[in-house]
Amino acid sequence: MGSVVALDTLLDERRVWRGQALAEPAGVQPTGHAVLDQALPAGGWPEAALSEILLPVEGIGELQLLWPTLARLTQARERIVLVAPPHIAFPWAWQAAGVDLRWMNIVRCSGRDALWATEQCLRSGSCAAVLCWPEKADDRSLRRLQVAAETGQTLAFAYRSISEAVNPSPAALRLVFEAPGEVRVLKCRGGLAPARTISIAAEQ
Amino acid sequence: MRWACILLPQLAMDAALRGCEDPDAPLVLITGPTQRRVVQAVNAAARELGLRPGQTLTAAHALTRSFATAEYDVAQIAHWHRFLAAWAYRFSSHVSLDYPRALLMEVESSFNLFGPWPRFEARLRKELTGLGFRHRIVVAPNPAAARFLSNAHDGLAVADRCALTKVLGRMPVSRCGFDRDTATAFERMGLRRFGQLLELPRDSLARRFPHKILQHMDTLLGDRSLVLDCYAPPDEFDQRIELNFDVESHQALLFPLRRLTSDLAAFLAGRDSGVQRFILYLEHREGPDSQVPVGLLGAERDPAMLFELARGRFEQLQIPGPTQALRLVARDLPAFVPEHRELFEERPQQSVPWEQLRERLRARLGDESVQGVHALADHRPEAAWQMADAGSTGKPAELPPRPGWLLRQPIALHEFSPRVLAGPERIESGWWDGGDIRRDYYLVQTRSGQLAWAYCSVDQPGRLMLHGWFA
Repeated sequence: MGSVVALDTLLDERRVWRGQALAEPAGVQPTGHAVLDQALPAGGWPEAALSEILLPVEGIGELQLLWPTLARLTQARERIVLVAPPHIAFPWAWQAAGVDLRWMNIVRCSGRDALWATEQCLRSGSCAAVLCWPEKADDRSLRRLQVAAETGQTLAFAYRSISEAVNPSPAALRLVFEAPGEVRVLKCRGGLAPARTISIAAEQ
Repeated sequence: MRWACILLPQLAMDAALRGCEDPDAPLVLITGPTQRRVVQAVNAAARELGLRPGQTLTAAHALTRSFATAEYDVAQIAHWHRFLAAWAYRFSSHVSLDYPRALLMEVESSFNLFGPWPRFEARLRKELTGLGFRHRIVVAPNPAAARFLSNAHDGLAVADRCALTKVLGRMPVSRCGFDRDTATAFERMGLRRFGQLLELPRDSLARRFPHKILQHMDTLLGDRSLVLDCYAPPDEFDQRIELNFDVESHQALLFPLRRLTSDLAAFLAGRDSGVQRFILYLEHREGPDSQVPVGLLGAERDPAMLFELARGRFEQLQIPGPTQALRLVARDLPAFVPEHRELFEERPQQSVPWEQLRERLRARLGDESVQGVHALADHRPEAAWQMADAGSTGKPAELPPRPGWLLRQPIALHEFSPRVLAGPERIESGWWDGGDIRRDYYLVQTRSGQLAWAYCSVDQPGRLMLHGWFA
């Protein structure tokens, strides 16, 4: 056997990588759902990155997932932008969820223009969060959105169909709605995705 | 007071070159009647080809054919002279156009704002070069001295009367602004330098030459004041670029467009105003001009932004036919209020402010594309929301929960025996404006677990219509 090697010297030489060596960064962008915050490695939404939300059908709590975040941002007078939402954002419900409508803008466009508008909003850095519903987004355009979100230090959310779950994606976080009000983390940057499903509806 | 003279030795040529995409290509300006066209000015590339001012166009064509020609237009020169005066008005409140091809401006009172003369001069030169005008700059204690010293000097700054006498003394008499006969007479008398004139006794000069000569000498030395007209900037911007050939593509029009918008920005900065609305006219050989109105929500004057917005609107235009000229007219020039910024910005990386982003989106996607949503106090879901320029919050009402998504058009809910979670909620309203409805709304859960807001019309019972999602 060779000589005894002190653990410290090995670590100092940076030849051994220690998993989770750094302290978890405090959640700067909490989701507003305590269970979800605990499950995510960043303690909330990944900052300045794209998060994907994959839906099997509409109307199963996709807005309730984001409403606490949007309410927090708009109440802090930060701007949020909805690019080409699929339906009318009914103001009474959004208001009841705490969203300050004065800081919410809706961009009406379609197709490639929607991707362009999303990228412009993300890149500008003047919005706190941008929500988009890309219809036919390929890997390349999602990567553009991810880079734009990094450049503008903006939260980006993309709602997509659950059929995209099998395709790889550059998003920092991918959430799948398994059942109404129940999400599962498919991918999260900076940690292992927890296997269990997380219920967001229970707190409502 | 100290006066700066900016002499523009090639005003006509520089103005013509600004309209060309390649300023290094040979270009001559021609003048005269159709029978006898004469070359009036040539640029450096044309000079290398052997072309000289004063040649007839036929002689020039005998030498070479590979040069472009443009008309020597006196009205255009006057226009550019005024344009540069508008530019100079940013730096001094007292700008004069009294001498042709030269700007005179009082600079000493602007030193507090623009720094000492060397820095001030560097800025003037940089901006003039950016605008594409060659220039010579001289500063002197009085305007006439500045004007005539610029005939022989560039970058000269004369501090006081004593230095002025010395510098003027070395000037050749022929460059001092005397009329031709007098200058020749002086030369023939052996008086070649201005200093020699000053050494002569005044009474003998007065006897031999008209009294204007002594007056001019006194004006140069600053002993006699010179009355100059003050330039007053125009109230609106109207500029036109004539294209040398017919243009049908957007791409080729972008270059003149960039010139126009940057000129507009220079004009606005001089007036300390912004622009809220301007119109681009495309002049065609036949048919009426195409118009591209560009409207902004706020007053702006950043050249890059004006160009980008104009380009966004412009690229959507279908050009009906060949374009011969491009014209930009801005009449509505409100005061420019710089954007309010925090000292410690929460988003320090913020590169594009929201107002600018909004204009960019509107320019490409249409005026109505960026909006906020506005809550209206009405029980009918269709009438309870409105798109507006900015969103606003209504007074919260005591209503049963409302869905986050409202469908634009209600559709039939194809669901076999849906589970009713709440309802019915009768909404019966709107008999006064013709949009009356009588509906029973239910909160319904579908088999896949979606929460739907569906109604059953009282007039057509038995059919569930989906109107929103509790997402």
